[in-house]
Amino acid sequence: MELTEFTIKSITIVAVFALTLVIAMYSTWAERKVAGFIQDRRGPNRAGWGGLLQPMADAGKMFFKEDFIPALANKWLFIAGPSLAMLTALLASAVIPFGSTFRFNGVEVPLQGVESNIGILYVFGVVALGVYGIMIGGWASNNKFSLLGAIRAASQNISYEIAMGLSLIAVLMMSSSLSLGEIVSQQHGGNWNIFYQPLGFIIFLTCSFAECNRVPFDLPECETELVGGYHTEYGSMKLGFYLFAEYINMFISSAIISTLYFGGYNYPGMDWVYNQLTSAMGTATGHNIATLIGTAVFFGKALFFVFFYMWVRWTIPRFRYDQLMNLGWKKLIPLAIINIILTAAGILFLKPIITQILN
Amino acid sequence: MQLTNRSKQVSNKEMTFMERAYLPAIATGLGITIKHFFAKKVTIEYPEVKRYLGPVFRGRHILKRDADGKERCTACGLCAVACPAEAISMVAAEREKGEENLYREEKYAAVYEVNMLRCIFCGLCEEACPKQAVYLRHDEFVPVFTDRDQVIWGKDLLVEDMNNRYTREAWTKEEAKALDDKRANGEVTNVTPRPVP
Repeated sequence: MELTEFTIKSITIVAVFALTLVIAMYSTWAERKVAGFIQDRRGPNRAGWGGLLQPMADAGKMFFKEDFIPALANKWLFIAGPSLAMLTALLASAVIPFGSTFRFNGVEVPLQGVESNIGILYVFGVVALGVYGIMIGGWASNNKFSLLGAIRAASQNISYEIAMGLSLIAVLMMSSSLSLGEIVSQQHGGNWNIFYQPLGFIIFLTCSFAECNRVPFDLPECETELVGGYHTEYGSMKLGFYLFAEYINMFISSAIISTLYFGGYNYPGMDWVYNQLTSAMGTATGHNIATLIGTAVFFGKALFFVFFYMWVRWTIPRFRYDQLMNLGWKKLIPLAIINIILTAAGILFLKPIITQILN
Repeated sequence: MQLTNRSKQVSNKEMTFMERAYLPAIATGLGITIKHFFAKKVTIEYPEVKRYLGPVFRGRHILKRDADGKERCTACGLCAVACPAEAISMVAAEREKGEENLYREEKYAAVYEVNMLRCIFCGLCEEACPKQAVYLRHDEFVPVFTDRDQVIWGKDLLVEDMNNRYTREAWTKEEAKALDDKRANGEVTNVTPRPVP
């Protein structure tokens, strides 16, 4: 029994890992496709149908390029940078609940790598570590532009993490749980957090753009000022890892946003579908198919946010650095604190009144 | 003095709250980009689809034959003299007895070569030719070279194929414009090309 549980967990983890990688891979394709479509072009369409083999071609190119380490760079840290970026990006996917449970011969298998009661805290810890990858890489390059890019990335991530954490606290006050699975199941039945936390959602979204170093917060890799930013000296697959880590982070944060604010795998009319399926196909099969539908819904939500990232990227220009810092410290943090106070007031005074009226 | 009516008065007024909030502006921007996302794409997929470049486009050369299939070129060398890039070279030869069905005049070009790397497609050879033998096709490019041997085109590539003769739709820019206008108005859908004289 012990062994089977271990096997099941291993399989789920590997599946989640592989899925994240595949989605990140196809995000690079989607990015180019979306960019093309927004600019009235067609995007990549030569490699495979609709350019679907383009990520393979890109990866192949990356692998076959010379793996170069500058003479004056710190060799170990230079390699550790992209490795760490990739590692931290992938770690966060372990706790995200992709769906409800599967039933095989009476064994319940949750569609989640690890059900941890501090899930969201874990995600935040790992995401905060992500800045090390960039910082170490930029510093080890022994290049002033890389270092400047890395410093920008570090200060930006630290600044926006505060507002992000504060906006999250409002959600946690409502859920009174740090477990992602628990937060999702509380949003069952159209009870999505976005309806209670619109301000918090906007703050969280803005901060996750900044955390992922995406436009309009992509100052760490601002070509006009910093050559290439923290990965100026990188080439070959090490550069590939940095870029790939960015796309993984994008998917992870999209998944987190849909988990926290958009009900995860919940969708309207879920119970009705579940009852229909279980009565039509039996408890186990019906349950599994209902879970699959929920997972598809979850991926739909997450991928919509990935699309949203790209949509924003090809719409607005990047901020100036002082604007970025002003927005982070003078606007988002006070707003997040106000949001906390409002939520607290709502829970204290509004909630009893509403429950009284409803009863 | 006002040169255009497109100039705008620069304003330094305070932004309203809505403008300072930035999010409505972002929403407007997102609306614009999503409109383009679903808009019809202007791309022409080049090697598969070729754009019509107009009836007076100057593409690759062709050495014309007359109605009986005889070569028109007499190797007078005027095209080579006119050529500013010195891309054309030829060797003249005398027509033998029994070759009257091959060459129109007593003298012909035994070798006629165009160096396609040198050619600038100016069309001066076409204008210089007194026998109306050399033309720049409006419908075909010089394809990409992958080998040095492909750069110099000899008579095998240049002389017209009698089974696939070359004709033009229009001869001057005015004619081309009139044709384009007619097409745009839907008056003509399919024009029979005028033969090269």
